[in-house]
Amino acid sequence: MAQLLQFLFSGVTVGAIYALVALGFALIYNASHVINFAQGEFVMLGGLATVGFVAAGLPLAPAALLAILLTILVGFALQKFAVEPARGASVVSIIIITIGASIFFRGGAQVIWGKDFHRLPAFTGEDPILIGGAALLPQSLWVIGVSAVVVVALRWFFGSTLAGKAMLAVSHNRLAAELCGISVNRVLLLSFGLSGGLGALAGILIAPITLTSYQVGTMLGLKGFCAAIVGGLGSGPGAIVGGLVLGIAEAMAAGYISSAYKDAVAFVAILVVLVVMPGGIFGKKGTERV
Amino acid sequence: MSLLRIESLTKEFGGVHAVEDVSFAVEPGAVFSVIGPNGAGKTTLFNLITGLYEPTAGKVLFRDEDMTKAPPHRLAERGMARTFQNLQIFFNMTALENVMVGRTLAAEKGVFATLLALPRIRKSDEAARAKAEELMRFVGLGDYLDADSDAMPYGALKRLEIARALAAEPKLLLLDEPAAGLNPAETAEIGPLIRRIRDAGTTVVLVEHDMKLVMGVSDRILVLNYGQRLAEGTAAEVRANPDVVAAYLGTGHA
Amino acid sequence: MAGFWTARRAGLAALALAIAVLPLLLPNKFYFNMAILIGLNAIVCVGLNLLIGYAGQISLGHAAFFGLGAYASAVFSAKLGWHPLISMAAGAVMVSLLAFAVARPILKLKGHYLAMATLGLGIIISIVLNRELDVTGGPDGMPVPRIRFGDVRVRGEHTWYWIVGVALWLSVWLSLNLIESPIGRALRAVHGSEVAASTLGIDVARAKSFVFVVSAAYASIAGSLTAHYLEFVTPSEAGFLRSVEFVTMVVLGGMASTYGAVIGAAILTALPQALAAFHDYEHLVFGAILMATMILMPKGLVPTLVERFRGSKS
Repeated sequence: MAQLLQFLFSGVTVGAIYALVALGFALIYNASHVINFAQGEFVMLGGLATVGFVAAGLPLAPAALLAILLTILVGFALQKFAVEPARGASVVSIIIITIGASIFFRGGAQVIWGKDFHRLPAFTGEDPILIGGAALLPQSLWVIGVSAVVVVALRWFFGSTLAGKAMLAVSHNRLAAELCGISVNRVLLLSFGLSGGLGALAGILIAPITLTSYQVGTMLGLKGFCAAIVGGLGSGPGAIVGGLVLGIAEAMAAGYISSAYKDAVAFVAILVVLVVMPGGIFGKKGTERV
Repeated sequence: MSLLRIESLTKEFGGVHAVEDVSFAVEPGAVFSVIGPNGAGKTTLFNLITGLYEPTAGKVLFRDEDMTKAPPHRLAERGMARTFQNLQIFFNMTALENVMVGRTLAAEKGVFATLLALPRIRKSDEAARAKAEELMRFVGLGDYLDADSDAMPYGALKRLEIARALAAEPKLLLLDEPAAGLNPAETAEIGPLIRRIRDAGTTVVLVEHDMKLVMGVSDRILVLNYGQRLAEGTAAEVRANPDVVAAYLGTGHA
Repeated sequence: MAGFWTARRAGLAALALAIAVLPLLLPNKFYFNMAILIGLNAIVCVGLNLLIGYAGQISLGHAAFFGLGAYASAVFSAKLGWHPLISMAAGAVMVSLLAFAVARPILKLKGHYLAMATLGLGIIISIVLNRELDVTGGPDGMPVPRIRFGDVRVRGEHTWYWIVGVALWLSVWLSLNLIESPIGRALRAVHGSEVAASTLGIDVARAKSFVFVVSAAYASIAGSLTAHYLEFVTPSEAGFLRSVEFVTMVVLGGMASTYGAVIGAAILTALPQALAAFHDYEHLVFGAILMATMILMPKGLVPTLVERFRGSKS
C-alpha cells in the first residue's frame, strides 16, 4: 500500500509537469495549428535561467519571475521570427522549423550554462512528509498546488477576459475572428508567450526534484506532447487529464514492471491512442466534407 | 437491366436525415439528373453511391452487384467514375498527368517491372499519355496539353476533372455540379459535352442547379427535397409537376 | 541518338560520373569517410523522399528502421555467424515485415497525428534497442564483424567508397523507376487528393503501405551497410534526433526530388563537420541554419534553385 502511494505521489508530481507542458502545446496548437516541438525547451529555459539568476545573486522568487519573463519573450520571438514568416508552409516544413528552434535553444543553453546539471533549492525545504508510509516531497506539493492554481487561472482567463475569448475565437475560426476585428497576430504572440511562461513555470517547479540541464527539454517536450494527444489535442482539460494519466502510468510501470522501459510508456500510450482513438479522451470527431 | 439501382437509400448524420428512403434506377445510355434546392441531399446521395459515405440503410446496386459497402476504388474497378463539386484536382501534377492518373486501372502496375524499368512500363505510359491527350481534346482542353494544373482557370479545371474521370473508361459517370462556378458561355458548352459523352457509350448521372442545362440534356430527372424523393420523370413531366414547382422551380426559371 | 539522352538518363549518367570522378578530388581518408557517410545517409533519404516528398506522408521515426537494419547485421553476423549479405537481406525482410504490420493502422492518420505516431514508434524501437543489453549490448552498442568473402576481407575507405557509390546509384535508379511509372503517378495522386485517387481505382491504403515499406527497406539496407562499415553500432543510430536529421535532409534538399534528397544528405552530413570549428556554438548555428533555410526556402533547396534558374515565378 505504501509502495502504491509512493508511486502515486511521484506519478502525480511528474504528471502535473506533463500537464503544464501539454497545456502549452494545446495553447499554441489551438491558436495556430502548429505543433511546437520547442515546447520542452521552454521548460529547460525556465529552470536554467532561474539557476543563472540565482547564481548571479538574486533571491529565488525574483529569479524565477525573471526567468519566466525571459521565456515569455523567447516565446514571442519564436512566433514572430520563426513561425510567422513560414505561415502557409507545409506541415513538414513547420515541424522542421520548430525542431530547428529547439536545437537552437538547446545550443544556446549549452553555450550559456554549459553541459552540467544544475540544482535549484526546493522552495520550502527538502524533508519529505510521511503519509501512509510513503514519502511526499514538499516540492511535490508546490508542483501540484501551483499547477492547480495555473489551471484555475487559465479557466478564468479564457472564460472571463476579452483576450482569452479572442484566443478561443481564433482557435475556432481564424478568418471569422479576423473579420470581427481581432488581431490574429497579437493572439498568436500571446499564445506563444503564454506557452513559454507555462513551460518555464513547469521547469522551475520540477528543477529542485529532478535537476536541470540543457538537455532536459527534449524528453519532457515529447512526453508532454504525448500527454496532449492522449487527452485530446487542443483540449485544455484533455491536456491536464492526459498529463496526470501519463505521469501516473509511467510511475506505475516503472515501479511494477520495469524502470528500464519507463520512458516507453508515453510513446506506447500515444501509439495506442492514435490508432484506436485519435481524438484522445476529450477530442472531438469531425467528418471531411467533399 | 438497370445500370444503377438505388433502393431505399438512407443516410443519417446525428439526428439529421440527409437522405431518406430514396429509390431510383438509371438505364444504360441515359442522362439522369438529380435536382433539388440547396441542402436537399444531392451531394450526400452522390457520396453514398460512390462509396465515400456508408448508408444508414438501403442498397446501391451497380451492374446488378450489391456495391453498398464497396470502397471507392472497388467501384472504380467495376466501372464507376465521378467528378467533385469542390475540385479535387491533383495540383502537384501537370494537367496531362492528372488525366493519366485516370488510366491507372488500365496501366501496367507490376512492382518488379516498375522497379526494373522494363520496356512494358514505358509502353504503358506512352499509351496512357496518348489517351490522355485524346481525352483532353475531347473535352475541349486542347490548348492546355502542356499546362501545369495550378496554372489553369477554374472552368478548365472542371473540364480537366471530367477528362480524368473519362480516362478510367467508366460505364457510369457521375458529375457533381459540373456547371457550378462557370460563366454562361462555359455553361453552354457543358450540355453538348455531356451529350458527346453519352453518345460515346457512357451513362451519365448529373447533379446540377442550372435548370437550362438540366432540362436541355436529361432523359430523366429525379427531384429531391429535404433528403426525400419529391418527383421523378422526364423533363416535361417534372416541369409540370406542381409540387416541384412549389418547392423548387419557382417563377422565372427554365 | 539525340533521343537517347532523356532527362532521366542524363541525370543518372551525371550521378555515375560524379561518383566515378570524385575520388580523384578527395585528398585523404577523412574526405573518403565523409563521402561514404554522405552516401549512406543519401540512400536513406532517397527512400524517405518517396514517402514524404512524393506520397505526401511523413515519418519522424525512420531512424528506427535504419537502426534495426544496423542491429540486424550486427546481431545476425556476430551472434549467429551468418554471412553479412544474408544478415543484411534478413534485416531488410524483418524491417519490411514490421513496416508492413504497422503501416495500415498508422497511415490512416494524417499530418501531425501521423508525425506523432511515427515518432512514437521510432522512440519505442530505439528504447528497446537501448535496453535489451543481452541482445544489443545496450547503450554502449556492439561491435560488428567485417564483411568477408572467403579469405578476402572487405575493408578500407576506398573499397567502401565504391560499395556505397554503387549502392547509392542503384537506390536512385530504383527510385526514379518507381516515380516515373503508373505506380509512381498513383502515389503522387494520393498526395494530391486521397479522395479523388480512390475514385480512380487507386487503393489508397495499399499504396501508402507500399511506399512506407519500400522506404523502410531502403533505410534498413543503408543501416546494415553502415554497421559493417563502421564496424560498430549504437542505439543512437535509431534515435529521435537521427530521425529528425533524415527528415531534415529530405526537406532541405527538396521534397519530390530524388537528387534533392541526395544533395540534402550531402549538405547536412558535411555541415556538422564544417560547424565543428564553432565548437560549443555548433548546435546554435545548426539550429539557426535549419530555421533560416526552411523559412526562406520552404520547398527545399533543389526545387527553389530550379525555379530561380528557370526564371518562373516562385
